[in-house]
Amino acid sequence: MIESIINSDKAELTQNTKKGAPVVLSTRVRLARNLVDAPFPERANMAQRSDLMARCANQIADLSQMKNGAFFDVAELSDLERQVLLERHLISRELCDSQSGSGVFINKDQTCSVMINEEDHLRIQFLKTGFSLRSVWKQIDRFDSSLENELDLAFSSEFGYLTACPTNLGTGLRASVMLHLPGLVISNNMDKVIRAVNQLGITVRGLFGEGSDATGHVFQISNQQTLGESEEEILSRLASVFKTIIDHEINARFKYLEENCACLLDQIGRAFGVLKNAYVLNSNEAMNLLSLMRLAVDLEMLPEVNRSDIDRLFIECQPGHIQYVAGEGIEADARDLCRAKTLREEFVQLPALDFDKVNKLG
Amino acid sequence: MSENLKCSHCNKPATVHLTQIVNNKIIKVDLCESCAQAKGVTDSEGYSLADLLSKTNLTLEKGEARIACPDCGLTTADFRRTGRLGCAACYRSFVTLLQPVLEDMHAGTAHKGKIPKVALSRQTSMAKLNDLENALHRAIAEEAYEDAAKFRDEIQACKKAAEYEAIQS
Ligand SMILES: [Zn+2]
Ligand SMILES: [Zn+2]
Repeated sequence: MIESIINSDKAELTQNTKKGAPVVLSTRVRLARNLVDAPFPERANMAQRSDLMARCANQIADLSQMKNGAFFDVAELSDLERQVLLERHLISRELCDSQSGSGVFINKDQTCSVMINEEDHLRIQFLKTGFSLRSVWKQIDRFDSSLENELDLAFSSEFGYLTACPTNLGTGLRASVMLHLPGLVISNNMDKVIRAVNQLGITVRGLFGEGSDATGHVFQISNQQTLGESEEEILSRLASVFKTIIDHEINARFKYLEENCACLLDQIGRAFGVLKNAYVLNSNEAMNLLSLMRLAVDLEMLPEVNRSDIDRLFIECQPGHIQYVAGEGIEADARDLCRAKTLREEFVQLPALDFDKVNKLG
Repeated sequence: MSENLKCSHCNKPATVHLTQIVNNKIIKVDLCESCAQAKGVTDSEGYSLADLLSKTNLTLEKGEARIACPDCGLTTADFRRTGRLGCAACYRSFVTLLQPVLEDMHAGTAHKGKIPKVALSRQTSMAKLNDLENALHRAIAEEAYEDAAKFRDEIQACKKAAEYEAIQS
């Protein structure tokens, strides 16, 4: 059912990486919204859930932003298809596990998805590669307003948008960026950063991994509080925190290059060799190797044009994607062979690493 | 990374870090990926810290009033257990219970953000239209035809205004 999603040549996250964008992989904003006249999804019965889904689906399908988009009834998706959508950040874990009467709209370029009957009636999400809180907010604000023209949303002047969980009350806004922070991780400064931003009501979590470490050095950072501040205030507070983290990351990289240049270049070189030659690669190892390759692009050791390949592989080497492409029912061991093969075929096409550029820097 | 941050459940290195102030105490939870998954907090978009903490921190306090939402039937105990509300009306039903929770949870307890102006004015004009139609029926039943004519005009005006607004938006 989801071939169009996985084979799209216009998908934002896998095909549209921002050029010259170290550190920031993508920006996401989501809004939680509910209709005024129906119980929240967890409390609704089957008939109420289906009725609500039908009502919302009708309105959303008519919005210009959803032109040529696709709607999926979650009950009709296989576990594997759900996992693929999850790995592409188009649906949430909660929607994956939901009972019937839930669905998702995904627009043509996969920048917008609207989940129906997740924790709230509607979870609207916009995402874009690179750092673009403002423009993503503008887009989602416009979308939300056109939806409000058609649907009566649960709202109180005191508490704002009413949500199933009070943690989302008020603006219903959760904004996040996906940051690639190898410098802070390698220099053992990530703990400090996490503690510091936690004090500010901001959440940090490792993104990838079935395993224990922050695989791939990719972190998702988002606001925790949604009430008591306007959207503008939330976004500008977040933006300044993101910028500080990005500065720290860049500094950590320079410092590490100064002190451990040979060691870092050796790690990158070996990672490149492994990606070109490995026969078995599990997901964690692949993410960590790809992380070093993204760093290699930042250091101009690989051409900028290959940044998008690496970002695409971050997603396409996730277990669900590997399994989906190989066909259902493939064992974990066989998956690791497929993953290695995919990566070999991609990396053999890249030019040799250019160590001279970095040596000039250092 | 995080070599000194261990999962609070199984001592594996933690990758999920949550902080929240509950009852004026800062609560930090560090979890490994698998424990976080087991607790349903792996998806940062979907997790609710209240869920995670509800079992320990939100149990029904002694002597607390037992309220049930007239719209959806959710009880105080339900809310304490799940940390989630059942419907929009719950926010009215449980307002006294919610206030302190919201104070601890958020930057403030009053909404300062976006207002769905169009939806709100539509709801108000729908309510007004409803009132007028009731008044019209009553007037007709009471054979107060002058009043009925007046209400009919008002209904027309109200409908026209709503249409105009729909075009403008
Ligand atoms: Zn654990
Ligand atoms: Zn209720």
